[in-house]
Amino acid sequence: MIESQGSAVTVRGKNRLRNGRYREIWPAVFLLPAIFMLGVVFVFPLISVVKFSFYAGRVGDLAPVGFANYYNLLHDSVFLIAIKNNLKLLITAPVSVALALTISLILYEGVKGWRTYRIIVFIPYIIPGTVVGLSFSYLLQQSGILNTVLNRLHLSKLALDWLGNGALSIYSVGGLLIWSQLGFSVIALTAALLSLPQEVNEAAIVDGASKWQKQRYVIIPQLKNTIQFLFVLQIINALAWVFPYVFTLTRGGPGNSSMVMDLFIWQYGFSLGSVGYASAAAVYLLGLSGIFIYLYSRIRRNQEEL
Amino acid sequence: MKRLRELGLLQQGFLVVISISSIYPVWFILQTAMKTNQEYMLRPLNLPQGLRLENIKEVFNSFPVLHWAFNSLLVCIFSVGFCTVIALFASYSIVFGGWKSTRAMLNSNIALMVIPPVTLVIPMFSLMVDLHLMNTLPSVIFFYTGLFLPFSIFLLSNFMKSVPRELIEAAKIDGLSAISTLWRIVVPLSSAAIFTLILVNAIYAWNELLIAMVFLQQQNSRTLMSGLVLFQGRFSTNIPLVMAGALISIIPPLLMYIFGQRFFIKGMLSGIGK
Repeated sequence: MIESQGSAVTVRGKNRLRNGRYREIWPAVFLLPAIFMLGVVFVFPLISVVKFSFYAGRVGDLAPVGFANYYNLLHDSVFLIAIKNNLKLLITAPVSVALALTISLILYEGVKGWRTYRIIVFIPYIIPGTVVGLSFSYLLQQSGILNTVLNRLHLSKLALDWLGNGALSIYSVGGLLIWSQLGFSVIALTAALLSLPQEVNEAAIVDGASKWQKQRYVIIPQLKNTIQFLFVLQIINALAWVFPYVFTLTRGGPGNSSMVMDLFIWQYGFSLGSVGYASAAAVYLLGLSGIFIYLYSRIRRNQEEL
Repeated sequence: MKRLRELGLLQQGFLVVISISSIYPVWFILQTAMKTNQEYMLRPLNLPQGLRLENIKEVFNSFPVLHWAFNSLLVCIFSVGFCTVIALFASYSIVFGGWKSTRAMLNSNIALMVIPPVTLVIPMFSLMVDLHLMNTLPSVIFFYTGLFLPFSIFLLSNFMKSVPRELIEAAKIDGLSAISTLWRIVVPLSSAAIFTLILVNAIYAWNELLIAMVFLQQQNSRTLMSGLVLFQGRFSTNIPLVMAGALISIIPPLLMYIFGQRFFIKGMLSGIGK
């Protein structure tokens, strides 16, 4: 009933505006600066990165090579490591969302000092990735703070070579990613929790649901949208926003064991000057994130339907 | 009853562990920045022997840190300022402009939010070379302004949807122009969202590394972040100096957070939580 009233009002409002649109030019004028900026910063580069990907050589001296860059990349062991590493980093999405959910549910119960905890947990999100990488590069060194502490606690077995061991280094990067993004998820989840209608909770308690049942069957389903949103956000971070962490923590090493796609693209594009090769890698990255853009739009559609 | 108390203790313990691991790295930066190199080597975990600012001084003497900080500040102010104004106009037009395709506009805007910036850097680089803007702050300001737009439009238009349409209609009937409706009615109503947006974007602009590193390669054109990575090479054997640099660079975003913290969370509620 309320809904139909609301839509009647908007339809009327729209009609009135639509009639006036022939006279009014402000909507177009207001949109123009944004369209210009988005055109120059997104549309133009997206078109030209595809164009570049079919060329080889340096800027100003480019020769067309067809699909050679794409083909060579698939046989480039470093690039394959980079893709694999980005995919490995996807593990951070479920881990960090689950951790954030646990924290938020505890905070939601009104634990003593929950506001303070929430403020503290958000702090890492404010720290620049560059600084996070720099300081953790000292904390995680073989003789660094973490291992010193572990040794003193007689947990020497856990004192691994976090950065120097090629099998571990990418997971250390993943740990940093979780550390620095966790606070954002906690804030978003507690915000969603606080906006839940209280009646449902009370009804569940009246019906005799235990605390766990209440969380599992009443609270968590209502957080579905926020959880999906955070999950996709983490996936995007893991795919394409790791540059500052990796650059300062391991610089892709040891060997190329912690190479990731954005570092790879930067290296070929700006350190080695193979613009075409880097562009083709960028197109692969776009394709990969395209899959997730599609997923995200599906999720959004579901959200709007709900 | 006893089990409940145990659970409560467990929960508190868990939160304390999470809090310590959230803060410790910041504490590590702070205390290491006060130590001499020898002190750090011998007793990395202990408290520094007093408030020692020599490292900070040495950092200022070795690199044009003040200049970089000023650059970062300019980049922040201009990119965030331009972006906020452009996004306000665009969101107002999308929400109240009577477009038939509002939804399609918002969806394509969301698609832009997930495009990895690194894929845009190479073409932008050749554009900036052509425009002779390399190693100038406008190159980065321009890039950031565009880069922040999709998120800003997303947040603001989400917020503006909750502004009652009747209010806009009434303003129109009273003869208020679109620009003064935006300025006098919509902006004051959206101030919490705008404030959050400014904070989030300013922190992003201050913290960004990749683009700053690519476009600002001359010593005096750097921002604090793209300068800070030089410390790693120069002071590779003197960790306290690197941490002194790190300390200088995190003070502004931390201060912004501490003072804007209430708005931060409130704005997050309105923009993302729903």
